[in-house]
Amino acid sequence: MATIEEPARIPQRMAIAGGLLALFAVLGAGLVAVTEDATRERIQSNEREYLLRSLNDVLPADHYDNVLFEDTIEVIDAELLGSDQSITVYRGRLGAAPVAAILTPVAPDGYSGPIKLLVGVDYDGTLTGVRVVAHRETPGLGDAIEAERSDWIRRFDGLSLGNPPQSAWMVRRDGGDFDQFTGATVTPRAVVKAVRNTLLYFAQYRDELFEDRRALVESESGDNERDRPSGSVEE
Amino acid sequence: MREIALQGLWKNNPGLVQLLGLCPLLAVTTSVINGLGLGLATTLVLAASNLCVSLIRNVVRAEIRIPVFVMIIASLVTAVELAMNAWFHDLLIVTNCAIIGRAEAFASRNRPLPALFDGLMMGAGFTLVLLVLGGMRELLGHGTLLAGADMMFGAGTDITLHLLADDGGFLLALLPPGAFLGLGLLVAAKNVIDRRLERRIQTTPAAISSAAQPG
Ligand SMILES: Cc1cc2nc3c(=O)[nH]c(=O)nc-3n(C[C@H](O)[C@H](O)[C@H](O)COP(=O)(O)O)c2cc1C
Repeated sequence: MATIEEPARIPQRMAIAGGLLALFAVLGAGLVAVTEDATRERIQSNEREYLLRSLNDVLPADHYDNVLFEDTIEVIDAELLGSDQSITVYRGRLGAAPVAAILTPVAPDGYSGPIKLLVGVDYDGTLTGVRVVAHRETPGLGDAIEAERSDWIRRFDGLSLGNPPQSAWMVRRDGGDFDQFTGATVTPRAVVKAVRNTLLYFAQYRDELFEDRRALVESESGDNERDRPSGSVEE
Repeated sequence: MREIALQGLWKNNPGLVQLLGLCPLLAVTTSVINGLGLGLATTLVLAASNLCVSLIRNVVRAEIRIPVFVMIIASLVTAVELAMNAWFHDLLIVTNCAIIGRAEAFASRNRPLPALFDGLMMGAGFTLVLLVLGGMRELLGHGTLLAGADMMFGAGTDITLHLLADDGGFLLALLPPGAFLGLGLLVAAKNVIDRRLERRIQTTPAAISSAAQPG
């Protein structure tokens, strides 16, 4: 590239190069914008469908007759729900009567980070189902908590705080009632604890959870929960 | 054309020879279906980016070539990812250097049709490696093949083959080292085959006589 340039031409060439770059930036952004527009609705409806399917895994569809993801409340309880972020609770009703709730707690002490759960609870405090929605446990060791990998997670169906007694809500190695996996105790321990804590939370706040509002915030200083405006529903 | 296909599928396979795109190769190939998803997405992006790059190869000057390629590829990847999420489910495309490599090495120097074909063949070669590696790891780790097809083809599709008893499987295959080992074996296998072919060519009389008369 040893061609000698006329100095006067250089600004012009720079301008052309800049213009071309700008043109391709616009074209690229345009392509993304058009695709985004064309796919947005489909992606949203996919996500809804997926969410509904997961929700129905932990709470059978014939238990309620409202639209679950339109009847939610945001709650925060770092100690019992495992996250200092707000947690969505889906509320199931038959007619006007509350029948069940699905909570989305986190088991903070998984082997490789937090484990996100869906926990369905009947109004009387009986579990209707538990599923793992996201985790990073080791494949082959910790991932037996997935419903596709083993039946372990279905063991929770029909249990409650009194069944087994509260002292038995632990893995066998810790003297409780729940199996650990061979060579992997950390993961099931975290899940059992999170489910038990969720039941404790539900027992304590059940009536507030079904009140007609969108957020419930527990403050540390002991004064009562207060309303917080919350426009959007996390999905 | 034949040469392009041969390059992409075998001689210059992006997964086995160029060793580009190692990062997605290792992360995503825990099952056949995962491999298939990434393979198809990559093929689509490769073909589209090669075509675009080839079309503009005379317009874009050398000094802004790379930024333009990057913009084209980034937009295409985003668009393909959105489309995949809309029509299949939950796929993550990890972009890899194989794509920009082809843009630079082939598409920017060739006419649109060969460039498109090169993208398709390179993509197919990459997909094959992903499928084989995913198959090996899934079979050893979980004892199945094609599990999780509903993630790609919609709920209700279940074409899972249970081939080995799922007694926890051979864990190492699923962990990252398993991917390195599997890929290493594949590369080794390819080299062995190549060497055999070479030797056969050398020892056949026809090859000897034609080698004896250079020119
Ligand atoms: C690479 C590696 C990954 C592991 N992953 C997990 C895991 O995902 N979940 C788990 O509970 N334990 C896992 N473990 C095992 C834990 O380190 C720990 O030994 C085990 O949970 C304790 O169970 P035990 O008391 O029954 O041996 C892993 C160990 C290693 C070396």
